[in-house]
Amino acid sequence: MDAQKKTMIEIDHINKWFGDFHVLKDISLSVRESERLVVVGPSGSGKSTLIRCINRLEAHNEGRIVVDGIELTEDLKRIDEVRREVGMVFQQFNLFPHMTVLENCTLAPVWVRKLPQKEADELAMSFLERVRIPEQALKYPGQLSGGQQQRVAIARALCMNPKIMLFDEPTSALDPEMIKEVLDVMVDLADGGMTMICVTHEMGFAKRVADRVIFMDEGEIIEIKPPQEFFESPEHERTKLFLSQILDN
Amino acid sequence: MSDHFVRTTHAPAKPAPRIQIGWVRWARENLFSSLLNSLLTVIAVVLLVVMLPPFLDWAFFSAVFSAVDGSACRVDGAGACWAFVEAKFGQFLFGRYPDAEKWRVVLTLILGIAGLAPLLIPNRLPRQWLVAYLLVPFPILAFVLLSGGFFGLEKVETSDWGGLMVTLVVALTGIAASLPLGVLLALGRRSEMPVIRMFCVIFIEFWRGVPLITVLFMSSVMLPLFLPEGMSFDKLLRALIGVALFSSAYMAEVVRGGLAAVPAGQYEAGKALGLTYWQSMNRIVLPQALTTVIPGIVNNFIGLFKDTTLVLVIGLFDLLGIVQSNSTDPTWLSPQTATTGYVFAAFVFWIFCFGMSRYSVFMERRLEAGAQR
Repeated sequence: MDAQKKTMIEIDHINKWFGDFHVLKDISLSVRESERLVVVGPSGSGKSTLIRCINRLEAHNEGRIVVDGIELTEDLKRIDEVRREVGMVFQQFNLFPHMTVLENCTLAPVWVRKLPQKEADELAMSFLERVRIPEQALKYPGQLSGGQQQRVAIARALCMNPKIMLFDEPTSALDPEMIKEVLDVMVDLADGGMTMICVTHEMGFAKRVADRVIFMDEGEIIEIKPPQEFFESPEHERTKLFLSQILDN
Repeated sequence: MSDHFVRTTHAPAKPAPRIQIGWVRWARENLFSSLLNSLLTVIAVVLLVVMLPPFLDWAFFSAVFSAVDGSACRVDGAGACWAFVEAKFGQFLFGRYPDAEKWRVVLTLILGIAGLAPLLIPNRLPRQWLVAYLLVPFPILAFVLLSGGFFGLEKVETSDWGGLMVTLVVALTGIAASLPLGVLLALGRRSEMPVIRMFCVIFIEFWRGVPLITVLFMSSVMLPLFLPEGMSFDKLLRALIGVALFSSAYMAEVVRGGLAAVPAGQYEAGKALGLTYWQSMNRIVLPQALTTVIPGIVNNFIGLFKDTTLVLVIGLFDLLGIVQSNSTDPTWLSPQTATTGYVFAAFVFWIFCFGMSRYSVFMERRLEAGAQR
């Protein structure tokens, strides 16, 4: 890895609780520019919570998170600054059902970045082309398939020109035949040099694009390794158990 | 023996059996689909046969349509005294508003319709300007025009206002104030800030906990006792404020239901895109929340419209009040006068409420078609 690239995300000994439940335990992680991380682990292991802390959809209780030089605190202004730098794609797409695909994509550029509507439209069309669905621009999300909706969600996030993209199980809600079209877009994005953190169960994707794979269990990071080592020679028992469970079937 | 048959010629379409089409089918499906339904149909027909002719006779055939006083209505067997309604029509609409100044009320109505109609009919006019017009300049204009005292307009005391005009002023003020206030209260009740949340909960629960009639009595009888001497608000204004606050508490609960129906993912998507709280409420959450609760909102409007009749208890004469007080007019005294007046008032209320109800159905269909979900 290129050690000269600057650090995009610095997570320093964070802890988080949901009520009494200790969901993130003393997590530290540093992500460099253009790095692609894939986070895997059993459900309830805190993977989603971890990436949701990075754009403050969840607030951490202890420790520091610095994103592109901005530390996340209670300060709403800084939170908004970070959110402008960080795009997020959700498991359930979360497109706005009362707006067309194009309106979904231009909403934030117009209201947050204050782009004129015409420029925002052009920008949105260029990203819709990149995710290969420009012809759906005037339809409503409800008229699209799951795979198309998720690609719109990716385009919507990209329209804010984010420096970092977070993916929270982007293919888990999709029918099997639609997973590939979404992964193709994500691979394309990775090849373009985007800094990405993906929570996913797609091991093929992890092998193909990840610089490092992170294994989480019970709120802890158990292991971080380049994909080849991770899949071929995992160190910890829990990692081995997890891999044997998901690779068996 | 052959157990299958292959057609060698094209089969022409035959007309459907009579029982499948036309009114026969309609009657079978809607009136006689089961034993119970057949029975109910028969009972309904019998009731109609028994009740409709006397009603028609009362309302039309034996009714008195024109007369100078109540003597014609006092005749034995006379039906509805429509002449009474005709003679008092001006009062029913305007109360004791001076004749020479009635153009001001009409002008206000026209100004209101000019702002409201383009909002209600789907078109491409800039809606935010229309809403802004209705919420700020229009109420001021309406106030100046209706009560006068400025720009050489003769002052008309609110005690002289009456009839449908008061009904509309109270109802429309209530409606116009309760929706925005209700939305704010609903958002406040879901706020993460404890002080705001507490304030909204207390406000909503207080106003929902007292009957409207109490609110009106309080505003007209109690409030002056608390105010410093010499300071007084207009009675109608106090009623307006009472009605607006009361209905906004109800509206808040309806809107809260709508907000709860918007999936958490929509809020999160807004946040993740960097939208501020108000941006994501205005653009993402409220449009969806309000659309889901249109029936509830209109239900509130209709309830509010009819509740305006309660202002009678504090001495304001709305449509029902003015009908009631006129029906004791000695000139028109007859056994039919009061009944006719009430039927007329009921009909006017029904027109407005039914109109709102149909409009809400129309909006729901249109929004459904628009979002194509």
